[in-house]
Amino acid sequence: MLKSWKVRIGLSILTFFVLLAVLGPVIGGDPRANDISSISQPPSAHHLFGTTQFGQDVLAQTVAGARGSMLVGILAAAIGTLIAILVGVPAGYFGGAVDNGLNFFTNLFLVMPVLPLILIVAGYVQGTGPFVIALIIGLFGWSGGARTLRAQSLSLSSRDFVLAMRMIGEPHRRLIFFEVLPHLTGWISAMFLHGMIGGVMAEAGLAFLGITDSGSISWGTMIQAAQQQSAVLRGLWWWFVPPGLCIALIGTAATLVNFGVDEISNPKLRQARRSVVVRARKVVEA
Amino acid sequence: MSQPVLEARAVSKHFPAGRSTVRAVEDATLALQPGRIVALVGESGSGKTTLARLLARFYPPTSGEIRLHGETVKGKPRAYYSDVQLIFQDPFGSLNPLHRVRYNLERAVKLHHAVRSRAELDQKVTELLERVSLTPTEQYLDKFPHELSGGQRQRVVIARALAVEPKVLLGDEPISMLDVSIRLEMLNLLDRLRTEDGLALLYITHDIASARYLCDDIVVMYAGRMVEGGLKEDVIANPLHPYTQLLIDSSPDPERRDRPNLFDAEDLGEPPSLIDPPAGCRFHPRCPFAMNKCRTETPPRTELPEGRWTHCWLQENA
Amino acid sequence: MSVLTVEGLTVDYVSGERPVRACDDVTFELRQGEILGVAGESGSGKSTLITALTRLQRPPAVTTAGRIEFRGTDLVSLNADELRKLRWTSLAIVLQSAMDALNPVMRVGAQFVDVLRSHDKTLGNKDAWAKAADLLGMVGISADRVRSYPHELSGGMRQRASIALALACGPELVVMDEPTTAVDVVMQRQILAQVLRLRRELGFAVVFVTHDLSLLLELADRIAIMYGGRIVEIGTAESLYTKPRHPYTRGLRDSFPPLRSPLRKLTGIPGSPPDLRNPPPGCPFHPRCADRFDGCDEQRPELLTIEDHADHTVACRLYPSGDDQL
Repeated sequence: MLKSWKVRIGLSILTFFVLLAVLGPVIGGDPRANDISSISQPPSAHHLFGTTQFGQDVLAQTVAGARGSMLVGILAAAIGTLIAILVGVPAGYFGGAVDNGLNFFTNLFLVMPVLPLILIVAGYVQGTGPFVIALIIGLFGWSGGARTLRAQSLSLSSRDFVLAMRMIGEPHRRLIFFEVLPHLTGWISAMFLHGMIGGVMAEAGLAFLGITDSGSISWGTMIQAAQQQSAVLRGLWWWFVPPGLCIALIGTAATLVNFGVDEISNPKLRQARRSVVVRARKVVEA
Repeated sequence: MSQPVLEARAVSKHFPAGRSTVRAVEDATLALQPGRIVALVGESGSGKTTLARLLARFYPPTSGEIRLHGETVKGKPRAYYSDVQLIFQDPFGSLNPLHRVRYNLERAVKLHHAVRSRAELDQKVTELLERVSLTPTEQYLDKFPHELSGGQRQRVVIARALAVEPKVLLGDEPISMLDVSIRLEMLNLLDRLRTEDGLALLYITHDIASARYLCDDIVVMYAGRMVEGGLKEDVIANPLHPYTQLLIDSSPDPERRDRPNLFDAEDLGEPPSLIDPPAGCRFHPRCPFAMNKCRTETPPRTELPEGRWTHCWLQENA
Repeated sequence: MSVLTVEGLTVDYVSGERPVRACDDVTFELRQGEILGVAGESGSGKSTLITALTRLQRPPAVTTAGRIEFRGTDLVSLNADELRKLRWTSLAIVLQSAMDALNPVMRVGAQFVDVLRSHDKTLGNKDAWAKAADLLGMVGISADRVRSYPHELSGGMRQRASIALALACGPELVVMDEPTTAVDVVMQRQILAQVLRLRRELGFAVVFVTHDLSLLLELADRIAIMYGGRIVEIGTAESLYTKPRHPYTRGLRDSFPPLRSPLRKLTGIPGSPPDLRNPPPGCPFHPRCADRFDGCDEQRPELLTIEDHADHTVACRLYPSGDDQL
């Protein structure tokens, strides 16, 4: 999978942001410190990314925002993926009545208008910190993944090797965890990645709409603050471009990884590697 | 004849296909005896694999019953599987690519024997590999399936089934995906298991020559129905049902070497659809001897000497 | 007179760290109107030979040496345009799965019309459809099936249709790659009967590749046995059956239990076919050979004609300089 340049670039971008989130407190400055001597200043040697309306360092805020955004993303992905596995795999593996029930449940979540629901729930729940936001995003975002896993488990569970292990008396629990699930790791990790990026995006969107706790720092809250202070109209581009760019980069990374995963799961999309074609041509010419 | 271990009595299997029904197996009766090999021969769509899967209890029969040790089987199949095991056609598909040979065998041993120590487990696993001639065993224990050839994989599959110490082995075309030069070794292995362990074996195949090599009795299926059965040499040397005749005449036989035989083989027709099979004998549209009766009434089982039987009006009336 | 002469054909796969030689110095000739069977197991190089012969190979497969002379032209040196002119009209192929050859979303007849009209620009649409019906009739498919889609035909009919399609433009050579492996024995017999009749009527030559030697012994005029990327023996079907010289050929023949003669215990060939990524030195068969002797693991035997049997060649050190020692 790492052979594809698309996957490699996508994963490098993601790794960069994860590192940024982990090491943020060490490398960035205090994101809340107000430097009254420089307010709304463009990038300079002192403040590499410039400062905000409130004299806060944009670089420090972006670094701290990575932490906030990634935390929500990873938590949301973990919750969503876990539910997807718990619902999708048994549905596909057992089939029949179990499948009917779980599938109905999945479809219910699939057709729910997620954004309005999140707005309502977020408004209802008091104090929307990163954990609550992640929980909400995860709870509403697992259904697509569950469908994929259901379909995959359905085909896996009728494969000869699963039937053969069942015939030697292997219990269902072990069949699911040792025979079926290991074949889904590719799907699950892709799903987790996807969920994480979706979580980052969703958090940004919710923050922008003012749902999240404005005390916490994330890329979303940064953009929201910039928007509230009419940064666009006033030409304070350095305030909203860095967090916006980060979000766009994460989206790009997701797309690249997805292309790679597609090529692996669907060999028809795979191209003959260039090096092979070139080598073949050389041999013929020689 | 001794008491059969496993029997299918008048089993039928119909699969729903949209609004219609596929009549995959109709009124099939079969008995497997310890130490005997029965070959079930037929073309694709004859219902032979469906019958094997019925006997392996992958799905219940639409009608009829399956009997193990003389008792009708019902309920959960777990206990059933300690007596009956199925070998799949595709040795590449029946081993999980993520598990080593050792894992497969150890699981099977642990599930069926109370092993107390590591040494005991290792010994059992080694014995299993030796029984399927995968020696020296250390060379194979820690291999993944993709590191083995097709023949070696099929041996591992057989070893895993043997760990259960079954009484019946069902082989669903166990050699058809193997290289020609190693097929006979696999047949010889199955033959040895029958002799040494007194296993009852069902050998399902489309290749009548390999059936003759391995088995004692032959049962021929056509379009979901059994058409003829008996001792192998009787059936092959003197086929009574016109379909059996056609099947034997169509099989490659270098000894024949008479090309004219090939020239008049052009218009033999094709097996019918199982959604709407012909009334009466299902072979009648292709049968050169078809009579009016064949088009309307299903021929009953005609018992003949030496355990021979057939479903054909020609024999019933004779 | 020969239709096809293959000399020293060598095909490598260049994708891995070092090239894998799938066809090694393959030499044979095909006479006019002859059926040449090519028998081999997995990894014998028979499929590679087919794609090289028909110039359908794609990287990483590369023809590194040898000539394929077809009616006086060397196919290896032709470019795509020149090859396109040859295909169908002089050289056609029948694949194992008819579904690979027929377009699933086009009526069967339309596919015939396509092929016919692209090679004969003067042919009108109506005439082309009539010809398509004739061609299908030739393989026993009724004319009303012209308007069917491939999925509406049975597997056997589809395979017969793809044979008719291969014969549409009157080729001199038809290469058949396991054409009957996907169909049942009765249908197999019907298809082979048709191929034999059409060959007699139309006079094309056939290269018939399969793993089923017992089938070739009945069908082919001559048979080439491939093992580990090489041809180890070529002879008439009769002499290969009654007196196979190469130990592998003998083992392969004895891997098919007889249908009628008395049964005896057969053993097949112990061991497994060679791994082409790591081929054994010397004769590729020596690790499995019961008759090997000093030097078989070093010297690579050449294909030599057996004395007094002009039609029988074998690559085995048991027969030095063509002595027939059996």
